[in-house]
Order: sequence, then structure tokens, then C-alpha cells
Amino acid sequence: MGDAWSDMWTYLGSDAAWTGRNGLPLLLWAQLKLAFAAMAIATVLAIPVAAFLGHVRRGTLLAVSIVNIGRAVPTYGVVALVLPFSLRWGFGLGFWPTLVALVLLAIPPIFTNTYTGVRGVPADAVEAASGMGMRARELLRKVEVPAALPLILTGLRVSAVQVMATATLGAVVGYRCLGTPIVIGMQRQNKGPLLAASILVAALALGTDGLFALVQRLLVPWRRQPAS
Amino acid sequence: MTLLASGPLIDWEWIGEHLDVIRAATVEHLQLTAIAVGIGFALSMALALLALQWRWSYPLLAGFCSVLYSIPSLALFGILVPITGLGTVPAVIALVGYTLLILLRNIVAGIEGVPAPVREAADGMGFEHWRRLARVDLPLALPAIIAGLRIATVTTIGLVTITAYVGLGGYGDLIREGLRRQSAPQASTLVILGTGLSVVMAVVFDLLFVGVEHLATPWARRPRLAPIEPMEPVPVAAIPAGGSLSDG
Repeated sequence: MGDAWSDMWTYLGSDAAWTGRNGLPLLLWAQLKLAFAAMAIATVLAIPVAAFLGHVRRGTLLAVSIVNIGRAVPTYGVVALVLPFSLRWGFGLGFWPTLVALVLLAIPPIFTNTYTGVRGVPADAVEAASGMGMRARELLRKVEVPAALPLILTGLRVSAVQVMATATLGAVVGYRCLGTPIVIGMQRQNKGPLLAASILVAALALGTDGLFALVQRLLVPWRRQPAS
Repeated sequence: MTLLASGPLIDWEWIGEHLDVIRAATVEHLQLTAIAVGIGFALSMALALLALQWRWSYPLLAGFCSVLYSIPSLALFGILVPITGLGTVPAVIALVGYTLLILLRNIVAGIEGVPAPVREAADGMGFEHWRRLARVDLPLALPAIIAGLRIATVTTIGLVTITAYVGLGGYGDLIREGLRRQSAPQASTLVILGTGLSVVMAVVFDLLFVGVEHLATPWARRPRLAPIEPMEPVPVAAIPAGGSLSDG
């Protein structure tokens, strides 16, 4: 262990850690870029559909199935599986297959929590709002989605942490990110970059979780405990 | 251009000729899952008893487990490998670590959920502490405990695919071979086979645990003519660092 730490400090003291396309700043940027893109796409795809289905109170089986499938399919498998198709259709290695895999992974928690949240809005509240003359669209925007916000945020939080973590695996399908020094470091027993990148990835995942906890606190001040 | 982009996606002939490889990978995958869930369960049971004995320790234990749970698997392997070297040890440590939070929460929630009147009745009948735990609390907590084992097992089966990167076998090895030898004609077969079999194993164990729960808790069986109720999805809840004893 001692030599692994000193390897890491030597690595962090060298130019290789900070500059060039294998430097940590560029790898970190690549990881963040990918995670943001995946979360944005998954949110735009999942929330409207789930909110609508929750509003019309249909699709419970779909929501249950999505969670169960999401749990059974290994994240590594999703990343690997996208690759043959990506190559076949000419999207190549790297960014695109990883992005598709991450979007697929990010959808289930966002979808299910939005659906469950909107569906669970008390019937009295919905009736009162429609009694006030609100139409479906207004009802969703002003009553159902705000009432479901704690659960929606929880879903986004679970997805974001998972996406940030799994973006690391992009390295195995040729996306140059923080996973690259980990995968190569394990193969070649190159402990300095391996340890540095691993700690950075762990901190990134914990930081994402913490950031969302903060957002939840700010946006849903009436509910200090995340719904569970 | 790599051959992943051409040829059949699944080469059934190759699969037929390599059933021994597939069988070996299945055994390795099962072994690693069983070891991890077994150790994880024993450890969580000990931690749960600790948490029930000294309440103040629960937020600390749950907090520690949830930090562990949030660390991405590849990063956790990356932190462990410089200490332990490649092989079974870092894989088992990491996999056990991921089961702890799920199991601990479910065991504690299950035991906490035993109705107070039941507990008082047991006390009134003269059950002393450990005997009540073994004969009353744990059997009543069984559905929650089995639910925890079910999630932990399914999650572990998925995570074992990544242990190929610390040099272990299992289905992850098939996937990894497929990714490494992209120019081999069976590359996509290997990737699809590894992922597909891992999903099949996860689903089989999921159903197996449903059956076990059914057998282990005969009192919870519904009468046959019960009305069909819609299945309510369980929200995927973020696990709070200092979760309270009642949530689960």
C-alpha cells in the first residue's frame, strides 16, 4: 500500500497527470460532458412520458417492469452490448455507444419515480384543482408535478449518481475518460494513475450525491427527509 | 474495420462448440455471487443486531454503508487492487461492501416492524431476549429479510460481471474477451452471451426468492379468491446517509 500511495504522489507531481489528452483535467471534463449529456437526454425523454402516464393513471405494469429490468441488466453489460450495434451502424467506438448505454441506465429511476409521484398525488387535490377549472395541462404543471417533486428529484439523484459512476465504464468501449487510467492501470499494474483516478471517481460519485441532496433541501424545504 | 461490424450477431455454432466454457463461466459467476451474498448476509446480521442493541450506532453504520454503496465499482476495485493485488480478495471485499446497505436496512426495518403487541405478548409469555429474537422477531421479519436478500443477490449478479477486470472469471470474462478481441468473428457473440446469461441468472434468482418467500411465510399467503390488485411500483429511493430506523 505504501508504495501505491507514493506512486500516486509521484504521478500527481508529474506533468503527465495534468497535461495532454491523458491528463486528469481532460479526462474529468470528458466524464462530466458525457454524464451531463446522458442525464439531459434521459430527463427529456422520461419525465414527460411518465408524468402523462401518471396523470391518466395508466402504466403501472410498465413502471414496475422498467425497474425490475433495470435491476437485472448489469450496467457493464449495457455498455458492452451497445458496442456491436454502434459499430454495425457506423457510430464507432467511444462517445456514442457510451452515451446510449448511459441514457438507457438513467431512464428507469427517473421514469418510475415521476410516474409513482404523479400517480400518488391525493385525489382530493386533483379534484379541487379540476373544480377550480384547471385543464389537464395546467393540472399537471401546477399541481401534480410540484406535488411529485420530492420523488422526481430522488429519481434524478439516483440516476445521476449511477450515470456518473458508469461513465467510468466508457473506458472499456474506447471512450477516453477517468476509467481509462483505471482499466489500463489494472492491466499494467500502474498503481499511481490507477489510484489517483479511482479516488477521483469515488469523490465524483459522492459529490454528485451530495449535490443532489443539497438541491433537494433547497427545492423541497417542506420535506427534509428524502422520500423512501 | 472490425469484424464486430459484420458477420452474424450471434454465432450459434460457436456456442454449441463452447458449452464447457459457458458452463465454467456460470459456475464461477454463481460461486462469486454466493460467497459475496453469504459473507454480506452474516456481516449485516451482526451489524443489525449491533444497531438494535445500541440505537445510536445505526445512523453511523448506515452512513458508512451508504458511502460504500455510492462508490462506483470500478473505482472501488481500483482502490483495493493496489492494496490486495488482483484476484478474489478485492472482488469479494467490494461485492460484500455493496450488499451491506441493502441487507442492513432490510433486516433492521423487518425487526423494527414487528408489532409492539406481538413483542409484549412474547415478553409476557416469558421469552427472554435472545429467544424472543430467534423465535418471534426474526421469523416475523423474514419477508423483509428475504426481500433484502433478493435485491442484494440480483445486484451482485450484475456487479460480478465487472470483476473480470480484477482477473476473475464469470460472465464478465466472456464480455471482456468479446471487447478485447473485436476482430474475432465471435466478438459480438461473446458480448451478447455474457450479458444475456447474466440477465437470465438475475431473473432466475429473482423468481427463486419470490418462491422462497412464499414457502417461508405460509401465514402471509393470500386466500385464492382475493381480488386482483394493481401492482404498485416501489419508488427507487435514494438512501439517506442517516436513514431513520422506520424507513425501508
